[in-house]
Amino acid sequence: MIARADPPALSVSGVTKRFGGFVALDSVSLEVPEGSITGLIGPNGAGKSTLFAIIAGFLPPDRGTIRLRGEDVTAEAPWRLHARGLARTFQIPRLFPRMTVVENLMVAAPNQSGERLPAPWLARERIRREEEALRARALSVLERLNLARHAEAPATALSGGQKKLVELGRALMSGASVILLDEPAAGVNRTLLREIAQIIAALNREEGITFLVIEHDLDLVADLCTRVWCLAEGRVIATGSMGEVRNDPQVAEAYLGMTFDVH
Amino acid sequence: MLAFVNFYLLPGLVLGAIYALSATGLSLIYGVMRFAHFAHGDLLALGAYCAFAASTSLGISVWASIPFAAAATIPAALVADALFYAPLRRSLPAVLLISSFGVALMLRALIYFFFGPTPVTFPRPIVPPLVFEGVRIQARHIWIILGAALCAFMLHLILSRTRAGRAMRAMSDDPDLARISGVATAAVIRLTWIIAAVLVAVAGVFLGLDTQLQPVMGFNVLLASFAAAILGGIGRPWGAAFGGVILGLAEECSTYPLVDGAPLLQPTYKSAVAFVVLIATLLLRPQGLFRGMI
Ligand SMILES: Nc1ncnc2c1ncn2[C@@H]1O[C@H](COP(=O)(O)OP(=O)(O)OP(=O)(O)O)[C@@H](O)[C@H]1O
Ligand SMILES: [Mg+2]
Repeated sequence: MIARADPPALSVSGVTKRFGGFVALDSVSLEVPEGSITGLIGPNGAGKSTLFAIIAGFLPPDRGTIRLRGEDVTAEAPWRLHARGLARTFQIPRLFPRMTVVENLMVAAPNQSGERLPAPWLARERIRREEEALRARALSVLERLNLARHAEAPATALSGGQKKLVELGRALMSGASVILLDEPAAGVNRTLLREIAQIIAALNREEGITFLVIEHDLDLVADLCTRVWCLAEGRVIATGSMGEVRNDPQVAEAYLGMTFDVH
Repeated sequence: MLAFVNFYLLPGLVLGAIYALSATGLSLIYGVMRFAHFAHGDLLALGAYCAFAASTSLGISVWASIPFAAAATIPAALVADALFYAPLRRSLPAVLLISSFGVALMLRALIYFFFGPTPVTFPRPIVPPLVFEGVRIQARHIWIILGAALCAFMLHLILSRTRAGRAMRAMSDDPDLARISGVATAAVIRLTWIIAAVLVAVAGVFLGLDTQLQPVMGFNVLLASFAAAILGGIGRPWGAAFGGVILGLAEECSTYPLVDGAPLLQPTYKSAVAFVVLIATLLLRPQGLFRGMI
């Protein structure tokens, strides 16, 4: 093989998705470079979450391919993709309702020897230590998300914004190398929003995790993302830095009626 | 009062302990795999008969034969799952239910084939009951109650303290989310069968010890176990254990001669108690006492 540059962490090419006669995604192509925090913006109904569902294997595309580090993973089962290191969060939080908050995070950790019997009896000491380490890690994530106080509460007892944070926490626990975040800051108060941005940036910097982030808070996107893709009515209409995309006339038109608080 | 304790309350507790063991397994299976496992009763009978074969041929005590019961029910459950349930995992729960009904018939046919239709009893010495202040109880009944309590406690530890237990609870909460969170669902399903098979093997031996062994013994327990599991909130093992005890007590007490020395219910109709409890639960509180999954 001829030597060439490393493939992008994620590449989407020519993805089309129809719901009946409605074209939700129309030949969408985009790339997420390895080690980047990439933004995905666009007005409501643009097809962003649909694209996430397709990338993560929840929906099969009608046409097009998804590549993870160069490998074709189109329509692969979500749990297989998870095993390959791709995690996602849901726009509407989806948690285990009858488990506690800390347990919700612990379950999301990558596969564990203790899920198989008779391990609990054969290697009790090791399992107990692993279990404690896992709990400690989950608690430290909760600490960072300002949820430590609710660690032992049932997941259903949380507010909407707190559930979003748990959703983020689960992604952080997953050990994934590519994480798709669907509006991580929606419904979260402003101070915490800064905090979330810092957590994402730190993970990206320190652990090299690649992020693709859907977000309506464009200031947050500007802070966080090196590159942004803008989707409208199922098509990519602009890409570049947040600054460039803001000034794109097509983007302004797509967001018609919305005012950018450009500084 | 003493008569009530001796002849109704204690036997009710013993029967309840047996139902609890069977119903917790059913409830676990429902939680993790979402289907009503109709072969559970016959799995119980299989366990009882294998313990019987072990204890008569090896001359070991009934208690020592429990591992032999589990050694039969575990592979039976795993093989049935691999052959008959796994291929249907994505179909409707009713399809799996019918498939498990087929497995039930197969297991029962095996039992008839190897052990014949005549009831048998575990070899056990005739011993006088222990007496405390007029309360009379057979030593084996004490062991049955303690054994069931120990099983429940172990199950509780597994579910609440181990990753395997957490993974099982995650699957019963949201199987798809569990799967995409990286839970090894195939391993969790196997583990669920193993646990349920052990519980039902113990239940089978206890039932055989309490009464006698006959090929349909499991089928009689099945209805009560379902009623108990639903009463406790299906998919909630603790609820099922509680429901089992309630059901055992209800069945035994239903024949109590409350008025004029005539039993409330003729003993022949005892098994109707489970029906009544089942129907009443579904009508009045379909989610069960502890809010199950339906
Ligand atoms: N399962 C579905 N069946 C039919 N239509 C769908 C389905 N899922 C999404 N759509 C449609 O596809 C379009 C894109 O939806 P999508 O959820 O991807 O938007 P989005 O960009 O994430 O919007 P938002 O910012 O509001 O979350 C919408 O018009 C939606 O109605
Ligand atoms: Mg969306």
